[in-house]
Amino acid sequence: MTTETLHDLRGDQPRFQGLEAGHRACQGCGQALAARLTLEAAGPDVVLANATGCLEVFTTAWPDSAWRVPWLHSLFANAASVAAGMEAALKMQGRDVKVIALAGDGGTFDIGFQALSGMLERGHNVLFVCYDNEGYMNTGVQRSSSTPHAAATTTSPAGVARIGKRHLKKDILSIVAAHHIPYAATASVAYPTDLRKKVRRAIQVDGPSFLQVHAPCPLGWGHGGELSIEVARLAVQTGLFPLIELERDVLIGAMPIRRVRGIKDYLRPQGRFRHLFADDPRAREELAHLQALADHNIEVYGLRGDRPDTLDSEGADTVHRGGRHFA
Amino acid sequence: MPQALEGSQAIARAVALCQPQVVAAYPITPQTHIVEHIASLVADGRLRCELVSVESEFSAASVVLGAACAGSRAYTATASQGILLMSEVLFNISGLRVPLVMTCANRAVSAPLSIWNDQQDSMAVRDAGWIQLYCADNQEAVDTTIQAFRIAERCELPVMVCVDGFTLTHTLEPLELPSQDMVDGFLPPYRFVRALDPLAPISMGTLVGPEYFTEVRQMHHEALLAAEKEIVAAAADWSAACGRELAPLVRADGPPEARIGILTLGSVFGTLQDARERFADTPVRLLHLRSFRPFPVEALRAACQGLSELVVLERALAPGADGIVGTEVRSALMGIDGAPRVHNFAVGLGGRDVPLSIYPRLLAAIHEPHPRMGTIDIDPRYLPPKARATGETPP
Repeated sequence: MTTETLHDLRGDQPRFQGLEAGHRACQGCGQALAARLTLEAAGPDVVLANATGCLEVFTTAWPDSAWRVPWLHSLFANAASVAAGMEAALKMQGRDVKVIALAGDGGTFDIGFQALSGMLERGHNVLFVCYDNEGYMNTGVQRSSSTPHAAATTTSPAGVARIGKRHLKKDILSIVAAHHIPYAATASVAYPTDLRKKVRRAIQVDGPSFLQVHAPCPLGWGHGGELSIEVARLAVQTGLFPLIELERDVLIGAMPIRRVRGIKDYLRPQGRFRHLFADDPRAREELAHLQALADHNIEVYGLRGDRPDTLDSEGADTVHRGGRHFA
Repeated sequence: MPQALEGSQAIARAVALCQPQVVAAYPITPQTHIVEHIASLVADGRLRCELVSVESEFSAASVVLGAACAGSRAYTATASQGILLMSEVLFNISGLRVPLVMTCANRAVSAPLSIWNDQQDSMAVRDAGWIQLYCADNQEAVDTTIQAFRIAERCELPVMVCVDGFTLTHTLEPLELPSQDMVDGFLPPYRFVRALDPLAPISMGTLVGPEYFTEVRQMHHEALLAAEKEIVAAAADWSAACGRELAPLVRADGPPEARIGILTLGSVFGTLQDARERFADTPVRLLHLRSFRPFPVEALRAACQGLSELVVLERALAPGADGIVGTEVRSALMGIDGAPRVHNFAVGLGGRDVPLSIYPRLLAAIHEPHPRMGTIDIDPRYLPPKARATGETPP
């Protein structure tokens, strides 16, 4: 990362739009932005397999479609398998077309988990992109195994007896990496150049690659649509969503955090964590718990930046759309 | 020249002659031998295809769906629990109008767990929108498999070729395998006009609102009805190529003066043919319903001409209702002048042997004044005492 200059990165700015404007996503939809950035980097020579979810619904209500690339939606659980079939076919036809599977966290962490594992294990030349908005947003904000600990959803509400989701967010990247695939990484919509760079890298891999893209959902997370980028950035800057790259389960890169923020900065703008700011000893305990998770990430991935870096969490890639509410 | 081949091996060889580019499957008894034979053909370089050994039947169906949409001929095979696990995908494949061929090595569905043959699996997905063709013997399995690819690709519909597990899949029979030239002359290369291609991108599997949904479903229904013509044409063309006759929709075997008919799907047909030779005193017309989806109403009516009694055999149950096939046959014959009375019996569930001796019992059963659905080969000794006393006794 450090060997590249900002000029190179700007030279890589894409022209191709695989996902067009005019679709029906909510304002501030992280997933829509992430998918657009993915396709910008991937280019036109791709075939997409899209799991059921918001992305499928808001892009293709018949007879309209926002996709400029071949796109197939089959079911919720089978994006990885459909992509594997496409890849097998294109390989037999001798065609140089990259297959990309797109899924939300439900279609990746939960219902699509088995198919994903199978596809990775068999070594298909497929890029699987998970748009992680940490819950079942398409069906009305239910908890998934990606929902962070203590977050309130409609099926993990906060109340007198409960403090939100009782279980930890599943560490999907480690599980994916444990398949020893050539490339797996996390990315965030707050760092578009980094995201596109990782997409390009993943595309070049001959074999399975995986991207987990943190993608805020204003509706599900309970923040204004104009804050999506800032909230996503704070997830990185607090250490709760580390941006890392793995090759064959070995850490090869991590975005340094120049100025580490306390997790409260990330949690406060989000309605799903509102109950953690009540005067309640349990809330304080959960805050401490989440802070410990962030601290742990910073420690194990060595995220603390020791000097200014154009590509760190405060660097030139950081976009500040909608003002600097929490800067 | 006929050769002795196990049913599964013959099916695998027939599939290979159709040169699918992608085969995906998950092992399940009694389908395993088919996939194993395909795997060995691939390993020996006799079939050039991507064999994707998936982690579940759900993925097997999904892989072939993806492959077919990406422009390659694709094939899978399964049975029983595998059919049920892939059922969500089966509806999706047909709804997307994707041409595929799948062999169903018919087996009972758990619980109780049974690895043995009946047709509960394929009957459970009869409304999945697939063409369903049933094979009476392994020669039919070979011929039907080859025809299935052409039917699927011409109709843009998936075809399920149903062969009785063990009874056909694990049985050696002398049969004719066609030459590659013969198959090539019959089956043109795969071409899917809606194939996903970056040069001409389309979106498949979009969300469809209430304003269009009914019409899409109706088109699917009409496509299945129209598939009858392609099934007939494929049988005629294949018959011309290989010289074997194969009734495309309903096979009627027996004298025109017969007043009694017995209708079945699958390998029990052969048992009934043998039994009829042994118990030759009554003229009986045997009917094999090869095409269950589309349901060939006109062909069935024609095949039933002159019958006064028709026994319909079920190899699956619709618990709490009449027989699955019997109900549809009754419906097809309703309102026809001189339509036969329909008697309906389940037989051979979960691998229970269907012996020749079933035949006279079936003929005796037609004297029931008020025919109703029953299971003809129940053994009262294994029923609980209460059911033994009050339950139906077999005719």
